Amino acid sequence: MSDRVFAVAWLAFCAAVAWLAWQIEAPFSYEPIGPRAFPLLLCGAMAASAAWILVKPDREPDWPRGPARGKAIVLVVAFLAYAFLFEWLGFPLATALVTVAVGRLFGGGWVAVAAGGAGLGGGLWYFFDKLLDVTLPLGRVFAGA
Amino acid sequence: MESLGHLAQGFAVAAKPINLLVALLGSFIGTVVGLLPGLGPINGVAILLPIAFAMKLPPETALILLAAVYIGCEYGGRVSSILLNIPGDAGALMTALDGYPMARKGLAGVALSISAWSSFVGSLIATLGLALFAPILANWALSFGPAEYFVLMVFAICCLAGMVGERPVKTLLAALIGLVLATVGIDANSGVYRFTFDDVHLSDGIQFIVVVIGLFSVSEMLVMLEQSHAGQAVIKNTGRALFNLKEMAETWWGTVRSSVIGFIVGVLPGAGATIASAITYMVEKNLTDREGTFGKGDIRGVAAPEAANNSAAHGAFIPMLTLGVPGSGTTAVMVGALTLYNITPGPLLFQQQPDLVWGLIASMFIGNVMLLVMNIPMIGLFTRMLHVPNWLLVPAIAAVSFVGVYAVHATTFDLVLMVGLGVFGWLLRKLGFPMAPLILGFVLGDMMEQNLRRALAISDGHPAILFQSPVTWILWALAAGALAMPLVLRKLRPAG
Repeated sequence: MSDRVFAVAWLAFCAAVAWLAWQIEAPFSYEPIGPRAFPLLLCGAMAASAAWILVKPDREPDWPRGPARGKAIVLVVAFLAYAFLFEWLGFPLATALVTVAVGRLFGGGWVAVAAGGAGLGGGLWYFFDKLLDVTLPLGRVFAGA
Repeated sequence: MESLGHLAQGFAVAAKPINLLVALLGSFIGTVVGLLPGLGPINGVAILLPIAFAMKLPPETALILLAAVYIGCEYGGRVSSILLNIPGDAGALMTALDGYPMARKGLAGVALSISAWSSFVGSLIATLGLALFAPILANWALSFGPAEYFVLMVFAICCLAGMVGERPVKTLLAALIGLVLATVGIDANSGVYRFTFDDVHLSDGIQFIVVVIGLFSVSEMLVMLEQSHAGQAVIKNTGRALFNLKEMAETWWGTVRSSVIGFIVGVLPGAGATIASAITYMVEKNLTDREGTFGKGDIRGVAAPEAANNSAAHGAFIPMLTLGVPGSGTTAVMVGALTLYNITPGPLLFQQQPDLVWGLIASMFIGNVMLLVMNIPMIGLFTRMLHVPNWLLVPAIAAVSFVGVYAVHATTFDLVLMVGLGVFGWLLRKLGFPMAPLILGFVLGDMMEQNLRRALAISDGHPAILFQSPVTWILWALAAGALAMPLVLRKLRPAG
């Protein structure tokens, strides 16, 4: 079933890409094949593969159920939050927060993940920013103050 | 011997303090990444690449770092195979079959040391092979035109489709998805923007690092959440810490045989360390296992697959360095690394960047000696790493991955795109799509399209040019053979 859902979604995706690719037009071209041929070729091959999967799907994968599904969603949300907070709160603070959240998901105790968060936030910032010269944000929130 | 002169020059590059330091660091990190279950060479290389780039390491130094990580992983994977019965990376799968029983018999030290030794022998033989054969292949490949290149890339993708994963059609679709992702951005030939939705972040394409880290690091953490290995006890590393001469003699020829087979398998696109170790384990079992002790803690069953996976990893550098067409996920990431430095891998690399190529080869010799030292006398340091809990490890991986992506363009957009691609990659993995072809497609996408268009420009639009030279015939035939391989094997299996 999952395979079929995926195949149908992918066929729709192929159609959308093909439609977009069709509109690509080069103002002038020095070659017989323009910029739209290759994407269209790929769409055709992808659509054929997806159709094959639609006709002959594999057995159902075991999707996470119950609490495992909730945990997976929390992890994705935590990563998204990390992505959005990275510049705003700065690397040390955002990393400390994400370590606490993710560490709890993976079964760490409160005290342990708090210590881990402080260690990773401060330690990695020092390691990358100071030692390796990879510039990391310290937080826009604090910059104005 | 022209190669010898080049190799000497390579040693001069590899012996620079910064390159020695980087090889040491890479070997260490690689061993750690390899031994941690769940993280394999591709994750390690993917996570380190942006950091190497952000640190503005020169290209040869960055490549030495990544290669050392890759090779270190092939050493490290065996540690958890032997002590935990869980392969640390896919190439170490077969090592668990005899390694874990040996450890349970109290021979963990012997198993760890003989596998480090056979890894070293395998690496050495394959590095020699690399130094000997790579220049020859590069010379031959100089005559390739765009048509030959295009067909060669088709062949590489077909090889993957035939050998990786259970469903060739899914492998093929994964590669196609990679190719499509690569078309986003400005078209080099006509200057037209494709699929950018007028977004400035997409105008020069989806960043390679964003794709790699999303697919291999973010999705890996989601997988780790599902399968926690809690409850599996680490066997103490007891007993003799070193194999004796009798054990060395017993495993010697198997190690050499496996190294040669592993090298050949490694050179083929698509095959690689996992398949090499599986093949050699079966070969050794058939050739030497008269008492039926394989699988019950036979030392020969530990040495053979370890020699093979290491030599295969080295062999995989040949298509990458000489043709610019990587044969595995990890070498695809390295090709991406070179592209970041505006270096186009291919047959000209040996002429235009001798320092890079020969420095890399020389550093493999040095790196393997370092790895041997780390993995026999200092092994205790690494076995302790198996106790790092996931609640600390996963946030650390997350933080380093985010740093890597952020370091390239310093935009929130890339971070969000990375998480999105990670979730997409996880969905694909759950549905049984392999990730390595996707990244291969993404790396090859641009080259493949440019070569196809160039070939068709030469022929004025006639596709017949793709079938005109003997080289293209051979490659088409090989591609068809690679696709037919799983069918043939399935037919043969019940009989054999």
